[in-house]
Amino acid sequence: MELHILLLFMIFAAVVAVEVEDLLSSVIAVGAVGLGLSLAFLILKAPDLAITQLVVEILCLIILIRATINKDLPLIRDGRWFFNTFSTLLFIACLLIFAYFAFQELPVFGAPIMKVATQYIQQGLEKTGAANIVAAIILDFRGYDTLGEATILFTAVMGVLAIIRKVGRINAK
Amino acid sequence: MRNNKEVGMTVIVKTITRLTVGLILLYGIYIVLHGHLSPGGGFAGGVIIALSFIHLMLAFGREVALKKLSQAAASILESLGGIIFLSIALIGLVGGYFFLNFFLHKGKPFDLFSAGIIPLCNIAISLKVGAGLFAIFAALILFKGQGEE
Repeated sequence: MELHILLLFMIFAAVVAVEVEDLLSSVIAVGAVGLGLSLAFLILKAPDLAITQLVVEILCLIILIRATINKDLPLIRDGRWFFNTFSTLLFIACLLIFAYFAFQELPVFGAPIMKVATQYIQQGLEKTGAANIVAAIILDFRGYDTLGEATILFTAVMGVLAIIRKVGRINAK
Repeated sequence: MRNNKEVGMTVIVKTITRLTVGLILLYGIYIVLHGHLSPGGGFAGGVIIALSFIHLMLAFGREVALKKLSQAAASILESLGGIIFLSIALIGLVGGYFFLNFFLHKGKPFDLFSAGIIPLCNIAISLKVGAGLFAIFAALILFKGQGEE
């Protein structure tokens, strides 16, 4: 029940974020979506994800407000509303058609069918000694995935630092 | 804005920041070190550590925060975190496979010193995430500051 209220709130906030004119209000609406997602994780009993989502959302909000918003951002207002609306409706229709067939194959919500996960839960404590099962899975059983995630973050930081470093922009002038 | 020597925000924000920024940093370190016992872990703790430095930068201006942790130091710390994480993974190859939990005695569960490599990995990831996100934020702030001049 709470989950459905949260989902409605998140959808409403997302629509507001797209439709509102002011950029600052739009960013705050995006933050509201993130906060709703964090609460949803908390209701679904995933506190690790809730903490991570909350702090990342705060960081994104600060970066968006403080470091990127300028007052004179160009707004795209061309007259091709018919083409835009038509393509949007087409993509929504495609998504709904494929989702109708794909969602029939999904298991019931909250009923895990994975054999591997049961193994992790049963043997996690004795094999790793970590009381937090999430830490045991992401850093021991699935450490390779975490290494990939770390590589993504490293690439992102390198990319940002390489694109907006000082030397390049002075030479461009 | 009125006084050019006065950088950052008002005196109220500065006083509150002086009181809270250490607590935020301490909470981030707590989240990292207890990552194998309670919810949290390296990624969330690293973001909280980065947020404490960003808090400092927002309240006192960029010079004060960059004096505590310069951008070059942040880059070095980020790379160091990545190398520590990768080397922990590679040491496991000696015993057989990638990411082997190579401590023979893993300690009692629910102790701070338990779970083998997991706390070490948490610390490495937190270094990497915290320094990396702070470096991104500092670069964006410097970029925006140069655009205004």
